[in-house]
Amino acid sequence: MAELPDDWEMVVGLEVHTELATATKLFCGCANAFGGEPNTNVCPVCLGLPGSLPVLNEKAVELAIRIGLALHCQIAPSVFARKNYFYPDQPKDYQISQYDKPINGIGHLDLPDGTRVLVERAHMEEDTGKTTHLGGTGRIHGADESIVDYNRAGVPLVEIVSGPDIRSAEQARRYAAELRSILIATGASDGRMEEGSMRVDANVSVRRGPDAPFGTRCEIKNLNSLRSVQRAIDHEALRQVMLLEDGQAIVQETRHWDEDAGRTQTLRSKEEAYDYRYFPEPDLVPLAPSDEQIDAIRASLPAMPAERRRTLVALMGEQATESQADQIASVVDQGIDRYVIAAAAAGVAAPLALARVANELAGALSDGGHLDEDTMVVLLQMEEAGEVSATQSKAVLADLVADGGGDPRAVAKTKGFEQMDAGALDAVLDAVIAENRDAWQRYVEGDDKLTGFFTGKVMAATKGQADGKAVNAGLRQRRG
Amino acid sequence: MSDPTPLSAADVAKVAVLARLNLTDEEVERFTGQLASILGHAADLAALDLSALKVTEHPLELINVLRTDEVRPSLDRAEVLSQAPAVADHRFLVPQIVGEEG
Repeated sequence: MAELPDDWEMVVGLEVHTELATATKLFCGCANAFGGEPNTNVCPVCLGLPGSLPVLNEKAVELAIRIGLALHCQIAPSVFARKNYFYPDQPKDYQISQYDKPINGIGHLDLPDGTRVLVERAHMEEDTGKTTHLGGTGRIHGADESIVDYNRAGVPLVEIVSGPDIRSAEQARRYAAELRSILIATGASDGRMEEGSMRVDANVSVRRGPDAPFGTRCEIKNLNSLRSVQRAIDHEALRQVMLLEDGQAIVQETRHWDEDAGRTQTLRSKEEAYDYRYFPEPDLVPLAPSDEQIDAIRASLPAMPAERRRTLVALMGEQATESQADQIASVVDQGIDRYVIAAAAAGVAAPLALARVANELAGALSDGGHLDEDTMVVLLQMEEAGEVSATQSKAVLADLVADGGGDPRAVAKTKGFEQMDAGALDAVLDAVIAENRDAWQRYVEGDDKLTGFFTGKVMAATKGQADGKAVNAGLRQRRG
Repeated sequence: MSDPTPLSAADVAKVAVLARLNLTDEEVERFTGQLASILGHAADLAALDLSALKVTEHPLELINVLRTDEVRPSLDRAEVLSQAPAVADHRFLVPQIVGEEG
């Protein structure tokens, strides 16, 4: 469902909330931790008890500025404001946010395809508590009630608001993915959408062609994965087109994405005109980071994903293939591109290093474990020199990561992966050929498909210890 | 005065809804007069030429009041929940708010 019918075009803007990777909450010293026992990280400030006063977390300010700089935003003097509403997810009956003076003003994000998306602002605010609806059949009370855990209340957030510059659901997904990579690269967030560290809301409208005025928009909430972002926007845009084609009007409202049902449904209508009556938070003084502080943070920012991808593409030498481009995006996203760079710097062929890092190393690390770059480089050098075969190299790597390091040569020796000397390989090759005379005859006559057959036989006979390249060379040599 | 629109009873009724106040017609009428007089005072200030003055973001002349990012002890949960009108499953029990799950 990637295409809208006729000349319809969708217009999408995304609001991305990211929790900041601080030790404590935004305005109090309670731990900022996911998954704790309910209501154990709470204090008078984040419970909104009378007489308590908020004090701003300096680390949260630094991380917010890191995000702003990474998104090319204007860093500005800012003022916190109270956003007033009556939901129990904020015990104070207001949320401390930023309104007319956000810390990060106009910026932009460039998608990998070159599309530039405006970032209108990236402001700081506190997260809400987590409410759980017990429902009519709730196990504790029969009535329609909710229960609230305030561990998350007051956790620092930055809300990144894009301009209405996105024109397809696929593009929205790519924006969210690139933003996630950037947030991780800045160290501001772990980007874990499944844990709610990054949450996406989408403003979606449709119009007839690129010159028509913007249509009435709906806000879609509960987009908890990149897949949901794309599916929900496609669905919502089509829903709006069908309504309009049917002569009906779009009602401006907030809609909830139901991932299981694959559709959006009304959450609340804007008819009750949301009026948050923002006013400056009297308990907090203005924030005005100095130029020196901003410059120091700028100097400490690492290379962003786009630049890191370009570095790896350049290392591939020739034009990177499509699968290499995917591997490059993947290793940058996971922050393991440094292994490829270290290996290439040590003279290992970059495509080999990229393949091993993107596949075997990424897989091993995701199972838990650790490996320093130098050890990875040594192993890649061993594989490249034929000391271990590709299969053996992968097995050694798995052990090294599981053990958190070690000497690759010692591990290879322990596993019996000693380099076969040329004489031993020659003997095996000759034996295999002697046992398969008919196949060998066809191979000599030009049946190249049998290369794999003979390589397999040699590998089986040597229990995988033979180097694939040496086997191939030996076969070619004997073929004459 | 920058905004000559007089305060209406409908404005007051809307503000009352936003503030979750149940006002009688008689109260709406009374508060319309009182609020209009407060807004009139603000309008007097708005009429002054303050272009030479710096904008005051906060009555204190302080900026950048910050604390270090160090965890401090939280409250005891049993004590916290003992203050709540209703509790279930170690959480605050509240009337359901439609659609505000999260």
